[in-house]
Amino acid sequence: MEPFTSVSGKAAPLPQANIDTDVIMPKQFLKGITRDDLARGLLYDLRFDDAGHERAAFILNRPEYQAAKFLVVGPNFGCGSSREHAVWGLSQFGIRGIIGTSFASIFHDNCFRNGLLPIELDQAQIARVFAACSEPAHNQLEVDLSTHTIRLDDGTRLTFTIDALRRDDLLNGRDAIASTWQFADRIRAFEQRHWAAQPWLKPAEARMRGYTE
Amino acid sequence: MNHLTRTPKTLYDKIVDAHTVRRIDERHVLLYIDRHILNEYTSPQAFTGLRQAGRKVWRPEASLAVVDHVNPTEPLRTRAVADPEAAQQIDYLERNCRDFGIPHFGLLDPRQGIEHVVVPEQGLSLPGMVIACGDSHTTTYGALGALGFGLGTSDVEHVLATQTIVYERLRNLQVVLHGRLPVGVTAKDVVMTVIRQLGVAGARGFAVEFAGDAIQALDLAGRLTICNMIVEAGARGALIAPDWTVFEFLEGRPQAPSGELWTEALRHWQQLRSDADASFDKTLQLDAAGIAPLVTWGTSPDQVIAVTDHIPDPADETDATRRQGMQRALDYMDLQPGTPVQSLKIDHAFIGSCTNGRIEDLRAAARILAGRKVAAHVRAMVVPGSSQVRRDAEREGLDRIFIAAGFEWRQAGCSMCLAMNDDVLGTGERCASSTNRNFEGRQGRGGRTHLMSPAMVAAAAVAGQITDVRDFSRH
Repeated sequence: MEPFTSVSGKAAPLPQANIDTDVIMPKQFLKGITRDDLARGLLYDLRFDDAGHERAAFILNRPEYQAAKFLVVGPNFGCGSSREHAVWGLSQFGIRGIIGTSFASIFHDNCFRNGLLPIELDQAQIARVFAACSEPAHNQLEVDLSTHTIRLDDGTRLTFTIDALRRDDLLNGRDAIASTWQFADRIRAFEQRHWAAQPWLKPAEARMRGYTE
Repeated sequence: MNHLTRTPKTLYDKIVDAHTVRRIDERHVLLYIDRHILNEYTSPQAFTGLRQAGRKVWRPEASLAVVDHVNPTEPLRTRAVADPEAAQQIDYLERNCRDFGIPHFGLLDPRQGIEHVVVPEQGLSLPGMVIACGDSHTTTYGALGALGFGLGTSDVEHVLATQTIVYERLRNLQVVLHGRLPVGVTAKDVVMTVIRQLGVAGARGFAVEFAGDAIQALDLAGRLTICNMIVEAGARGALIAPDWTVFEFLEGRPQAPSGELWTEALRHWQQLRSDADASFDKTLQLDAAGIAPLVTWGTSPDQVIAVTDHIPDPADETDATRRQGMQRALDYMDLQPGTPVQSLKIDHAFIGSCTNGRIEDLRAAARILAGRKVAAHVRAMVVPGSSQVRRDAEREGLDRIFIAAGFEWRQAGCSMCLAMNDDVLGTGERCASSTNRNFEGRQGRGGRTHLMSPAMVAAAAVAGQITDVRDFSRH
């Protein structure tokens, strides 16, 4: 996973509430078996019309927002389906951080697993970021994860809070599975205790078999 | 531990504590996953990740893989899948399960179906368990007193490799439903009421425990519907304290314990409930008698009105973001404020999904359809939640009622709930749907979804427009 330390770039405003993962990555892009080639599908129905042509007015198609590194979003961004394809698509499109007031829970987890930083701000703070990115001449943000700050083009610094565990995972680009594997013995010991206390929880492979096509 | 100062706990906290392998910090634990459910569309990259890292599956027998999201639901089921991408996902799941030793219900397995219908059907979800799956509707298992939650694919890989997840504890929200549901009002209307009251982010960060005499009075199918769909309020977990409705449902199912083990389990399960003096961070009280059959009018599952109501006017909404959302929804749905929702003509009727694709749902729809015909301009389909539900329905003769009414009688799968297969709405088509999401484009680009109970969908199919099932039943 690519670590996130400090990232600078433009931000694109997408203030609508409850943008769901079906909108972020529509169904026709979910049929692969790899994580690749998802940038095209990102926000597809918003970016492209029925004939497949770019909608010139849509924010990410406008020249002044090309190569945006951040999205500034409305509340409850990423609600709905668990599809991690939404996050893969955002990353592949070049988005490194999403700035909003609240994120849906599974989407929020998925961001952290992929080096995409979701930043939660309060209402007053997000209003400043929306204002800053609506002026192309001043649309330049710097996000520093180690100091929990967003620096706007006018020098304003906004501080955000972030869970320490998740922050450290991102800063170090840590492999979550390798981290957990350090506790493999604890997991094995837990299983023995758990199944001794509730023996019916122990999975029995044999009972699942019995059908061959 | 000092028993005199024992803090009262909620059922949610008890289950999380009982599955904590290791406390990581104030908010996070390493949580043990008893059962892990896999499907063909959110698992491929997880298996590829394991292969690339040379990792094994920690405990293959604790997983079950089911094909459900991309498979066709044509009435005649064969091994051939015309869509090459769908075929590839189905084949890759089969290969992964074979290579890693994971139990697998493939396309032709008589146990195939939507994962959240199949798992309870098999008796695989037991009270007190923690169950994870790469699908947001995994909250379903709360109906059996099991904590279920959805994961992204990276976390699916983490569970495969370690049988655990790095888990952030949720807060506790209690929804208490008292009284008796009026005739024509179902569990679907209950959960849509709760979603309307909480809003689509109202349960974000919470596990929701449903309680009260009206919840206890529900059959298991109704409880599954409620726990399934509460994810649309942002909940990452749902629970109902298990009782005899659950125990009777489970007894004798293929994967449920039997003999001595069953007796022992039953003793344990009867203790599984929130302590009487446990405190909840938030509580919502509802009167069942005040609930009417509901319909969504917009593109968010909290945009809900009674079937007797009119399309709301954004001008009446004071919050600017909500007002804009309402206007956008009206435009997408091609609706005018003040229109009676009952006047809306439909093109499609869809009965199925992990929310409402069980035998009880099919029975409720068939009761409305018996002796009636689907309106000529409506395409109507039933997609049973599982192959078992399909067989049960055929044994009861429900298939004949559906077919005689003009419904297509299909094979099991997720189908038009998310339209990943070829069951897709066309642009501008309006659908009465027993599913869970009315998002823009969910059932097809430009498609317009109205969520409602299966009986309401059946009534709409016959009337050719959204209609009140209560009037309809009296005809």
